Order: sequence, then structure tokens, then C-alpha cells
Amino acid sequence: MAAPNGVNGASHDLDEEIDYTDIEEKYQVTLEEGFDNILVVDGLPIVDRSKLDKLLARIAKEFTRKGAAIKVEDITVPWDDAANTSRGFIFVEFRTADEATFALNEVNGLPFGSKHTLWVNRFTDIEKYANLDETYVEPQREEYQSKEHLRAWLADPAGRDQYVTYRGDEVEVRWHGKPSQCEVAYTKPGWTELYVSWSPLGTYLATLHRQGIRLWGGPSWEHQQRFYHPLVRLIDFSPCEQYIVTWSQDPIVLAEKAPQGSQFFSPEDEGNNLAVWDIKTGNLLRTFQSVGPEGEGGRKQMAWPALKWSPDDKFVARVTPGQQISVYELPSMGLQGKKSLKIEGVVDFEWAPHGEKDREDAEKADGTSKAARKVRENMLAYWTPEVTNQPARVTLLNFPGRTILRQKNLFNVTECKLHWQNQADFLCVKVDRHTKTKKSIFCNLEIFGVREKDFPVEVVELKDTVTDFSWEPKGDRFAIVSSNDPNLGNPGPGITIKTDVSFYQLERGKDDFKLLRTLASRTTNTIRWSPRGRHVVLATVGSSSKSELEFWDLDFNVDESGRREGQQKDDWGAGIQQLGVSDHYGVTDVEWDPSGRYLATAASSWTHTLENGYAIWDYRGQEMEKHLLDRFKQFLWRPRPPSLLTKEQKRQIRKNLRDYSRVFDEEDAVEESTVSAELIAYRKRLVDEWNAWRLQTQEEVLAEKRARGSKVDTKHAEDEDREEIEVWIDEVLEQIEEEVVE
Amino acid sequence: MRPILLQGHERSLTQIKFNREGDLLFSCSKDLTINVWFSHNGERLGTYEGHNGAVWTIDVDSQSRFMVSGSADNEMRLWSVQTGKCLFVWEFPTAVKHVAFNEDDDQIVCITEQRMGHQGAIRVFNINREGDGTNQSLEPVSLFHPVGSKPTVCAFPYMSGLILTGHESGKVALFDAKTGDEVLNNERAHMDNVTDLQLSADRSYFVTSSKDKTARIHDAKTLRVLKTFSTETPLNSAALAPDQPYVLLGGGQEAMSVTTTSARQGKFETRFWHKVFEEEVGRVKGHFGPVNTIAIHPQGIAYASGGEDGFVRVHHFDESYTKAKPYGDLEIIN
Repeated sequence: MAAPNGVNGASHDLDEEIDYTDIEEKYQVTLEEGFDNILVVDGLPIVDRSKLDKLLARIAKEFTRKGAAIKVEDITVPWDDAANTSRGFIFVEFRTADEATFALNEVNGLPFGSKHTLWVNRFTDIEKYANLDETYVEPQREEYQSKEHLRAWLADPAGRDQYVTYRGDEVEVRWHGKPSQCEVAYTKPGWTELYVSWSPLGTYLATLHRQGIRLWGGPSWEHQQRFYHPLVRLIDFSPCEQYIVTWSQDPIVLAEKAPQGSQFFSPEDEGNNLAVWDIKTGNLLRTFQSVGPEGEGGRKQMAWPALKWSPDDKFVARVTPGQQISVYELPSMGLQGKKSLKIEGVVDFEWAPHGEKDREDAEKADGTSKAARKVRENMLAYWTPEVTNQPARVTLLNFPGRTILRQKNLFNVTECKLHWQNQADFLCVKVDRHTKTKKSIFCNLEIFGVREKDFPVEVVELKDTVTDFSWEPKGDRFAIVSSNDPNLGNPGPGITIKTDVSFYQLERGKDDFKLLRTLASRTTNTIRWSPRGRHVVLATVGSSSKSELEFWDLDFNVDESGRREGQQKDDWGAGIQQLGVSDHYGVTDVEWDPSGRYLATAASSWTHTLENGYAIWDYRGQEMEKHLLDRFKQFLWRPRPPSLLTKEQKRQIRKNLRDYSRVFDEEDAVEESTVSAELIAYRKRLVDEWNAWRLQTQEEVLAEKRARGSKVDTKHAEDEDREEIEVWIDEVLEQIEEEVVE
Repeated sequence: MRPILLQGHERSLTQIKFNREGDLLFSCSKDLTINVWFSHNGERLGTYEGHNGAVWTIDVDSQSRFMVSGSADNEMRLWSVQTGKCLFVWEFPTAVKHVAFNEDDDQIVCITEQRMGHQGAIRVFNINREGDGTNQSLEPVSLFHPVGSKPTVCAFPYMSGLILTGHESGKVALFDAKTGDEVLNNERAHMDNVTDLQLSADRSYFVTSSKDKTARIHDAKTLRVLKTFSTETPLNSAALAPDQPYVLLGGGQEAMSVTTTSARQGKFETRFWHKVFEEEVGRVKGHFGPVNTIAIHPQGIAYASGGEDGFVRVHHFDESYTKAKPYGDLEIIN
């Protein structure tokens, strides 16, 4: 038997000898050894055998309710044999890791009965964290890199302002100053893809790209921050430059392998199109679905900014028309007080801005002094339209106190517009009202005295439609554009609407607003107050035939030193004086510089393509410079943060103004002479070059003529005298024919 | 001074010219007539009638004896300035776009258009100044067809035997008058159609205007661009002021789109630029159509502009124009 088996035996031996380990290693089927599909559910009540089945059934039910269906069989219960109870946690096995992830997201933190909460973790995580190295390794310290001063431009020795221009695809940041100092501060072609924008205090310049936003700043215009929001269209900074809101028409879609992290969108953000970011860290704080355009058949324009910031950057609010105002706290972006302000029918709201007084109060409160007055709470105003038997209503609310400060009922309201004066001294509600028949519209201005006790309301009634309203910054005056033109509301090509401009002022003592003056029958449609008040520019913007700019001074008779103290009754409105009229053809934008000394007007190729370019005027309407640049798109002054000088320092400066101005005059004189010296030298050079060339060519001409041997030389020499022409003019004044009767 | 408005044409002006003394102003227009005016009071002296097409171009000799004109009726005519009689007619296969006398008044250069299978041609004719002028030779002394872009304007520079041309492509070139060889060219003198070319008094340099919105001064010998004047509107004409260092530029929106633009937008102004500093000095408004042609009085006491609107405006300079020295006391050789 051994013989025939010899072969087999031999082969068997051979098998034994060969080492298969390498092949086995190579072809070994890797079994599902990951525990990614297993979750650990913690936080369960500890039960004994009798209640176990009931518990498991309930857990399975809870999971199934959340959409993660499990069976009791999938649950493994570790058992404490000593106490004969469960250990308070279980293992749940899912078919795939994806299902487990889903269940993790859904169930984690779910309340289980009144006492317990389900805490779900991945089985693998537990292992990972259990095996974590306990020894502390000091993280590598990053080398500190000093950043450039973001507000360096304010330290310009000449105190110049900056502006940015966007033309073609070239963005330029320029200084605005004396002719010799108008240099370009920085320029970069293709800096932006859509437009550029300054932050409200001028620290950053934002550029918009396909991929998102970039912020730039500092003297060398280094890249400061970036926000990844594809196809972003609109941006809005918070007033203190801490946060930025971005909006894109297209909802957020996460691409495969999209970068993860606090600066990027996560799966939860998908479908939203409004995002709030922290500027300093670049972190995404929260995203929203924007409401508005889809709301009413896509016809209504979306209101921008969609999120409105409280002036101290502490809150941001948005309105869900007809339902509520939701106020979020920063930086957590959680709903303040965990609930929105439910206001039936709310249409729009505005935060009260912070005046200089408020800011001072806030600073004092931040400091140690206890004497500081109580800091005024944030305030917001909103209005609700008329519904069936309820009148329209404007409400002043303080926040976060949420107490209603003042409410006013209004009737026959078509539309309200809320205008805060920039110091929050007044709130004007421009109420468009209709007559009973709803055929004609007229306008009421309801002005709330916000600084006074009980918030008295002053009403100014007007017969016409008011198309523009504007408070004087830091003042108690306002200007309105009103019109009763029948063409109002149906604009057509070539139609210029006739308007009246009126100025109103608060009459001290009487506490009511009185008409200062009306400028009748103009075409003005835009009012631009100087940021320091007093001066105002009336412009006709966006018209193809009219483009007038009128420069007005409202305190013409008043000395700068004794400002508006001796305002007597008899000179009511007498201080209004026109300083100048000019014209910028095709003007689309009118903007004062932050100092209120200069006005910039621009004709942007976004609106039309005729005579694009920009001009800078002084406050009297004298043209300082004008540039006609085709493909010109945008002009923006760089905003300035509020002054750091105290009132006392400012007063001191005003007192010594004469000394300062002498220095400036000297500087100007020097400047002028150097400029003209340079220019003269340059012109001298041009003339010398030209003359040298002319002498040479004259020589050549003479040589040519001599070569021709013609008589021309003589002809050249004969200089004819100027011919005197005497003209006799007989003018017949009257012809009388007399018939003499003989 | 108040401008004198010459209202003698029914259609847009094509060219105007002062005679050598400046007392006469010749104007031609698309309405088939040529007019001659007293420049000092705007009185019309007479007309030259005979063309059957728009008169594109005229030139007058230095003795104010002969005047030559070119028209869309494919004719070039020689006229007696004094009598208004047509002395001679040359006929070509296509329209005559530009004519010019030489310095000695014994030659004429003319450009005929490239059309209907006929090539654009430059011809030079000798003028027989003996007798009454009716005895002219029909045959040109030279005829050549420039290749490439068509010529639009031409003139005789101070160098004998050469012809200066401006072309539709923006090219400026010098041709040998006998052989028709292109002696020298500057392809990139302008980016678009050269619309006018006027020589300095001694024919050593010249100014061109172009649809590319610029006017340029060139050296006649080297064709080097010496000065550039950039405006914001297509230019139809440019002229050199004889005594003052200015060039006058005229233009405006294309005639085609004039009806759709207001006078404000059209920029139908005559602009004064400083010749050497390349700076705009001033503007004169008045026309309500594009300015087609500008001429300056040879003594520099007046200028005239002819517009698409059919008017010629003669402006006599105020005394302040000659006295003012806005750039200080700099001696500039003209």
C-alpha cells in the first residue's frame, strides 16, 4: 500500500515544505474588519433582565422614528454579571458605515425619556480616543509675523483721502490731494472680477471673484483674508468690520472632495445662499436661505442687505416678511433669547444707528468710570401694514430688552420707509398714503424725537409724492424731493420728471419741523448731504438729457465759529445759498468724500456707455479734475473711521485754525512754485526739441529749393504786407417819403 | 468776435480752402456747387457750377488764378477763379476724392476712388499756365495704383518728385511721383482712416486727422510722428495755425449716427490744441453736426469750419488770441 501511496506521500511532503506565507499575505482576502458600522449608544438607563426587552424595543423604536431603522437583534448589550444589570450602554450594528453615520447625526443628543439623553459615538472613535497618547507634546510655536498697519493710510502726512477706481479690468487705488500728490497708491490689473467694495471704516478693500471674496489692506495691499463662497454676488460688512455677509444667487453646492474646516461650507450649508463670516479668523459662522425673490413670484427685488446689523456688531437681524424678525447674537450666531420676534405682518425694520453720544457713552462704560450714564440699548423700528380692521403701525422697540418704547397707528398707508438720522436723534417715517378712493397718493412724514421723553411725534403733511428723503448728518434738517409730475411712476425714455426740493428744519423751542425753503421745478432726483452736514448737492442722476449738479450751502450767513447759535426768526431760511451749478453729463453716481470737502461724480459704463469717467469737485462746485475714461465702472472713496480726537482737542484745533491755515498756505505756495517750475522746465525742453527740429528741417527745405535751382527763395523772402480793407457800412435807419402837395 | 455764418450750401460741406492771401474762402459741398466768399464779411462772391455729383475736394493755386475741383461725377475740373468759368474737364472711371496743387502751381495730384472694378489711382497732371488755361493735356504725367489700403488724401511735400498720401488703413506714405514706387511709409501712423492731411507753410511737416480719434504731426521727410493729440471723438479735419503754436481739430460723432445723438454728446466742437505741448487749449462750439473740414486764414487772423450741418462758420480771432501767451514767453518756430 505504501508504494502506490508513495507519490501521494511525496507530494504531501512537498506541500509541507513550500512556504506559502508570502502568497497568503499577498492574496489574503481582507475581511470587513472595520467597525465603522458600529455605534456605541451611551446614556441609557441601567436595567435588569426583566426590563431589558422593553428597553431594547424602545431604543429600536426611537432609532426607527429618526429614520435609522434597526432591529432588536442588531443590538448587543454588555452585561454586568456582578450586579446582574446592564451597563448603561449598548452597541448597535448597522449594515453600512453610511447608515451608521446617518444614525449618529440623527440620534446623538436625543432625549430618551425625561431623565436620559442618548449619546452616540462611533465604536472606532472610542478606541481611538482611548489609545490617545497622554503625554503632552508642546505644539510648535509659530514665528510671529508682524502685520502691516491696516490703517496706515490715515497717517498720511498730507492727510489725504484715498479712492478706488475700477476701469476695464484695472483697479487703481489713488490718493486725492494737490495736483502733485495725486499719485496712484496701488494698482493691479484684474484685481476683481465683479466690483470692489470698501469696508465701512475703510480698513479693507474687498474684491469679488468666482471663488469668493478676498480682503486686502495695509500700505502694500497685502492679501488679508479670503472667504470661499462660489459665485458670490453681493457682500455686506458689519458696521464695526468684524463680520461680513455674502450672498450668491446660486445655492451652495458642495463639490466632491470639497475642503473641510471651519472656513468652508459643510454639508448642512447646502442649498443656502447667504453666509455670515468672521473677518479676523475667516471662519464661517452660519448660513441662511435667503428669503425674498422667490417669495412673491420672483418679481420683487431682494432687499439688500438681507441681514441688518446693530451698530455695535452685537446683533444681526433679518426679517421674514409678514411673520417675524429674527435676531442673532454674535459671535455664536444663535437666536437671541432662543426665539424670534413674532410680529404679524411685519414688512421692514431698521436698527437705530449709534450717534457720537452713544459711542462716547459706550466707551465710558467700557472704562472704569462709574459716572457714565447708562448706555442706551440698541433700538429698532419696524412697521406693519394695515390688515382688515387693524391700522398700520410703526413701533420702536429696544433690544435686547424687547420692550416697546413707542407705537403709532397710521391709516390709509400704502408704504412706509424708515429713515434714521445718523445720530439717532430722530426717526422719520415716510408714509405714502392714499386717499379713500385709493386713486391718488400723498405723503406724510412722521418724525419721532428719539432723544426726548415719551418720543413725541411730529407730523409734516405734504400733498405730493416724496421720491427721496435725506437727513442732514449730525443735524436737525432734512431735504426731500417731491413731485406731482403725472409721469411719475411710469418712466420712459426721454422723460425727465419735474421735481421740487424742500428743506425743513427743527424749530428749537417749538419742537416742530418747519419748511426752510422750496426750490421749485427742477429735475433733481438725488440729494447728497456732505457727511459733515451744512452742504448739500442736488443732482439729476440717470437721465439722458439732464445732468445738473447744484451745490448748496445751508448756513451761508453763519460764521464757522458761531455756528447756528444766533438763529433768529427773521432769518429763517435766509442762510440757504446756492454756491454753484455745474454739469456732469451722464452722471450715475454722486458721492462726497469722507471729509465733506470734495464731491465725486462718476458716469459708469454699467449703466450706459456715453462719456464714462469721473470728476471731482470741491464743495462750491468748482471742478478739480475730470477724467473721461471709456469702460469706466466704479468710483469709491475710502471711508474713514471716526476721529480719535476728543471734543476738547477738536475745539483746540478749531481755535488755532488760523495758524494751521497759514502753514498750509505756505505749503501750497511752495507746491505751486515747484510744480510750475517742473512744468516750465518740461515745456522748455519740448520747445527746445521742437525748435531744434524746425531749424534743421528749414535748412533741409532751403537746400532742397536750392537744389531745384528755382526762384523760390526770392518768393519766400517777399513778405506781403497785410492788406487793409476798409469797409463802409451804410445803414438806412429810416426812409421817409414826403409828398409835397403844391 | 461774432462768427460769420455762411449759409450757401444745402448739404454737408466736404472741404473749404482759403486762398494764399486769405481774402477768399472756397467751399465745396455735396450739393454739387462750389462757392467762393469774401472771408472778411462773409459775402458770397460767386459760385462755380457744372459738377453733376457731390464735390468732394477743391484746391486753389497760390496766385488765385486757377481752382481745381474733384467730384463724385467722376470729373476733375479746372476753373478760373476770377470768372467762374470751367476751363477744362478731366474724366475718370471713378469719383475724384482728393486734389492738390504743388508749391509751384504747375502740377496737380488727384486720387480717384477704387470702385466698380477700377483700382484706386493717383494721377499727376501738369498744368499749362500759359494762355487762358483751357489748353490742358488730358494725359497725366504719371499714373499709378497703390497696392494695399486705398489712399484717401494726398499732397506735395517740399521734396520734389514725391507725393505724400494718407490711407484708409491709417497708413501714411511717400510715393515717387514718376514711378509710383512707395518710397517710405509709416503703417501705424494711425489706427483708422486718415481723414485729412494739411501741410505746414513750408511743406516740411504736416498734420493728419483720423477716425481713430487722434490727430498727429509728422515730419514730411521721415514720416516720423512728432506729436499726437488724442481726443474722445472721431476726427474729420486738422489744420495748423500759421502764427500761433496751435492745431485745430474738428470732428464729432459719425454722420450716420448723428440723428440719434444730441448735440451735447456729439462733440461737434472745434478744438484748439497746443502743437508742441500736446495740451488742449480751448474749444469753439457752434455746429450742430460733425465738423467736416477746417481751414485757417494764411495770416492766422481767422479760421473757418465747415460742418455736416451745411454751414460754414468763419471765426475772426479776437486781438487777445494773438496777444495772449498762456504758456509764457517761449519762442516757438513755426
